[in-house]
Amino acid sequence: MTVLVLADHADGAVSQPTRSAIAAAVRLGDVHVLVAGGDVAAAAAAVARLPGVAKVLTADAPAYAHALAEPLAALLVALAPGYTHLLGASSAIGKNVMPRVAALLDVQPISDVSAVVDADTFVRPIYAGNALATVRSADATKVMTIRAASFDPVAVEGGSAAIEAAAVVADPGLSTFVGAEIAKSERPELTAARIVISGGRAMGSAENFHLLDKVADMLGAAVGASRAAVDAGYAPNDHQVGQTGKIVAPELYIAIGISGAIQHLAGMKDSKVIVAINKDEEAPIFQVADYGLVGDLFKLVPELEAELART
Amino acid sequence: MKLLVPVKRVVDYNVKVRVKSDGSGVETANVKMSMNPFDEIAVEEAVRLKEKGIATEIIAVSIGPAACAEQIRTALAMGADRGILVEQDGVVEPLTVAKLLKAIIAKESPGLVIMGKQAIDDDMNATGQMLAALMGWSQGTFASKLTIEGDRATVIREIDGGLETVSLSLPAIITADLRLNEPRYASLPNIMKARKKPIETLKPADLGVDPTPRLTVLKVEEPPKRQAGRKVASVAELVDKLRNEAKVI
Ligand SMILES: Cc1cc2nc3c(=O)[nH]c(=O)nc-3n(C[C@H](O)[C@H](O)[C@H](O)COP(=O)(O)OP(=O)(O)OC[C@H]3O[C@@H](n4cnc5c(N)ncnc54)[C@H](O)[C@@H]3O)c2cc1C
Ligand SMILES: Nc1ncnc2c1ncn2[C@@H]1O[C@H](COP(=O)(O)O)[C@@H](O)[C@H]1O
Repeated sequence: MTVLVLADHADGAVSQPTRSAIAAAVRLGDVHVLVAGGDVAAAAAAVARLPGVAKVLTADAPAYAHALAEPLAALLVALAPGYTHLLGASSAIGKNVMPRVAALLDVQPISDVSAVVDADTFVRPIYAGNALATVRSADATKVMTIRAASFDPVAVEGGSAAIEAAAVVADPGLSTFVGAEIAKSERPELTAARIVISGGRAMGSAENFHLLDKVADMLGAAVGASRAAVDAGYAPNDHQVGQTGKIVAPELYIAIGISGAIQHLAGMKDSKVIVAINKDEEAPIFQVADYGLVGDLFKLVPELEAELART
Repeated sequence: MKLLVPVKRVVDYNVKVRVKSDGSGVETANVKMSMNPFDEIAVEEAVRLKEKGIATEIIAVSIGPAACAEQIRTALAMGADRGILVEQDGVVEPLTVAKLLKAIIAKESPGLVIMGKQAIDDDMNATGQMLAALMGWSQGTFASKLTIEGDRATVIREIDGGLETVSLSLPAIITADLRLNEPRYASLPNIMKARKKPIETLKPADLGVDPTPRLTVLKVEEPPKRQAGRKVASVAELVDKLRNEAKVI
């Protein structure tokens, strides 16, 4: 069995969720990785060094530069005959592209796989992670996305795969990239961070939300948010943690002024250690928190900052 | 231009679902059902396009048991003009839904389909992308802003690091993200009016689609339960525990 993984990459580096998808792929067979983009040499070299990768396929063309779904799906469909499984990360790109590939192959995709049972059988969360479904696919080719939080990523170094160019496929030309607003941050990425600190509606304003920044920097943490905080404009959209936002499973998750709605828990309840700070001792977040602190965040967050600075 | 808006009947987002003891699925008997929240956003966007004079007619489609008529009525009360119910009991996978919607598109020729990005029951996040593939159309997924101008749509999409703008040739498929708009509540007069709007009922066979699922659900189980931990009395105690007990900082 040979598996093809679609790589997410930027600035010559491969994403951590892609390294998790490769970890899942290694359990299924020989792993080839597709690196498509506008200038892929550096990213392809980085992927070739990942342990477990047998071959890197590159597709270098302007049509792939912004990972638009229509040309990328066409490319994957052209490559599909050589593979039993086509995998992507459960990232914005993977979720956009892989179902399109599946439909073109007349396959029912398997989204957000959290465990591999065997070559045809997979576990995936449903109902905001309140249930886990074990499903068996009857399709000849399996098309799936991999939940990064459920698979430890393969290491960054250790492999030495061959790099080969894939034949470029005609761009269906249905959509064009206009622009992107990507916030540059010195902090780690939410889905890759070892520690995440998230704020909720109780933060009260975009200005107050920055209270979390200092603590985040002291801990080397990424900053996340509840939907309520994002909807209110306190934090950017891509900070949302939850069923319909990002799924994270860091070593430590700190929830500040977040009630703990099921949709939020869906995105963080697999974290190793959970801390909650909330003024309502009945808040549902305390039912999943390892350490709960009841009180006013506007008093406790500055105290936390001082305590971390003290020692 | 005609708009097609698929709406799914799902367990209401406020319900804490329970896994059936025999592991065959989750309990849906006597549970509150609603329109998938993302589909409400899609309907709202369609109604706004009609109010702006861009759309001429909105058709709400639901696939599932006869009771899906309730969700179609909700869409009609929000401002959709008519409904199509494709009756099929049991699991209907995104691939089947996409094929059924393709067959309906062949009959209705909409200029745009607006749907939810994700159904909150199966959490697949797949149907819109699949329908776009089957149609050979462009896709604007996870949309937080939609502008139609002439024969193109401009979509601002929510992506991992921020926002992305794409321009799509029409016809296209748009999938709604949470920040696209805030759906309206249907007014009582509009709920009354919706009762008179037509709903056509079809079967998958009428549309030439075989609804057999490709995935067999072997079992559905509860995820491992997290034990509630304990309360700490102060920030100092918290930091001490994180350092010396949990050893995570
Ligand atoms: C389709 C759909 C998808 C959704 N997806 C997501 C998702 O992906 N992620 C997500 O997070 N939500 C999601 N939600 C929303 C979710 O249901 C909740 O509404 C949301 O998580 C609530 O955010 P919150 O906890 O910040 O706000 P609230 O529920 O309002 O909680 C605020 C908390 O702050 C506490 N508080 C107030 N003041 C203070 C203070 N001074 N100090 C300390 N504590 C204080 C309160 O006690 C309360 O517990 C979704 C909902 C729907 C319908
Ligand atoms: N049975 C259905 N009936 C109508 N629309 C559906 C159905 N299933 C999925 N959809 C549409 O497809 C979107 C994404 O669903 P999913 O791919 O299952 O997460 C939903 O938000 C609906 O707009």
